[in-house]
Amino acid sequence: MLRSRVIPCLLVHKRGLVKTVKFKSPKYVGDPINAVKIFNEKEVDELIVLDIDATVNQGEPNYKMIEHLANESRMPLCYGGGIKTPEQAQKIIKLGVEKVAISSAVIDNPKVLIDIANIIGRQSVVVVLDVKKNIFGSYEIYTHNGKQKVKRKLYDFIRELESIGIGELVINSIDNDGVMKGYDLTLIDKVRDSIDIPLTVLGGAGTYEDILELIQRHKIIGAAAGSLFVFKGVYKAVLINYIPEKIISVIRKISKA
Amino acid sequence: MIAIVDYGSGNIQAIKNIYKKLKVDTKFVSKPEDFEGITKIILPGVGAFDEAMSKLNESGMRQILDEMVIEKAVPVLGICVGMQIMAKASDEGELKGLGWFDAEVKLFDSKTIKHKPKLPHMGWNEIRPEMEHPMLKEIDLEKGYYFLHSFYFKCLDQDDILATAEYGKQFHCAVSKKNILGFQFHPEKSHSNGINLFKNFAEL
Repeated sequence: MLRSRVIPCLLVHKRGLVKTVKFKSPKYVGDPINAVKIFNEKEVDELIVLDIDATVNQGEPNYKMIEHLANESRMPLCYGGGIKTPEQAQKIIKLGVEKVAISSAVIDNPKVLIDIANIIGRQSVVVVLDVKKNIFGSYEIYTHNGKQKVKRKLYDFIRELESIGIGELVINSIDNDGVMKGYDLTLIDKVRDSIDIPLTVLGGAGTYEDILELIQRHKIIGAAAGSLFVFKGVYKAVLINYIPEKIISVIRKISKA
Repeated sequence: MIAIVDYGSGNIQAIKNIYKKLKVDTKFVSKPEDFEGITKIILPGVGAFDEAMSKLNESGMRQILDEMVIEKAVPVLGICVGMQIMAKASDEGELKGLGWFDAEVKLFDSKTIKHKPKLPHMGWNEIRPEMEHPMLKEIDLEKGYYFLHSFYFKCLDQDDILATAEYGKQFHCAVSKKNILGFQFHPEKSHSNGINLFKNFAEL
């Protein structure tokens, strides 16, 4: 049986790896290539790398860095940051990346996904949406590292994305980013109910139990985390780590249940 | 010397890196002359069927590949879309495949997939051997491999099925016919299980 994926998510800022809290105060946690090498040794399910400068700086994706990451990575790699066109997506896939994540570009023009999917295949097209709860309790989409609010209804928009044709949706909770108190399960339930495509969630995982709770609830889901896999202990000492084999066995059992 | 076919599709560098670690010589081949001294061939591939097929047709390597694989029986390993193009045709495209297998490529029927997510089939799945084969030596079947696809390879000759995986139903995730091998999953992104598979191919 197919099992849930547990996915470290790495943020690249000024060429280094950082970890944020609620999308703010990036803390330097190391070198991206070094982290990939450690995750190789730990036989990680999959890796997401997001360049959080690329869209804000309005430049091209850093192809040199992406190529280097792809060459080192012995696990499937999803890259996001600054991708706006089918040509850019194609170039990144050619560098040896399995999936490309697109975010702000789809807000302006969801139809760009059709052109991208025609070239690289729908299964490799990932959309990442950063969402935040407003004072009325409903979720709103943001771009540009949580700075620009998008005037689209979340659930309508994700259904539209699914009907256009994408391979995976990543939902990132801005409120829970770096907080390490568990995933926003209410948000995740609603998103899962709205669409059929693979779903990966990010934001809030602080313990292996948080991951198991999510997987128990949804059986097959992508459980992504940043802080959990780069920090250790209450003082948040930097230590690249991953779920141990015994937790993976539990996840395997859940998928078979 | 193992040739990794470079026709602009698939992660050729990742495969080269694994063989470098295994201390096995490989070289990228992109034109007929490059096949001099080649004893094994790896045919990678990602993306859409027609995109991969037209790139291969344009590469000028069609004839030499047929010659090496069919006439000289050089062992060949197709990965992902590199496997799918070994079939006769695909639901995904209009172009003819290489036709090395009596097989076709079909779209998964999402109605048979009872759980969410439905398509694509994405992630780590177990595989089940359907024949004894040296390629499966020291493979952890439960750990399985990384899959990323919505179309699957369907052998019309049951003797060609090397292994199956389950997604909605059992499908043919690994195929073997004489010197020709195809894998739907991504061994180059499947850690030690993938490395062992490349090692087994080198030792064939």
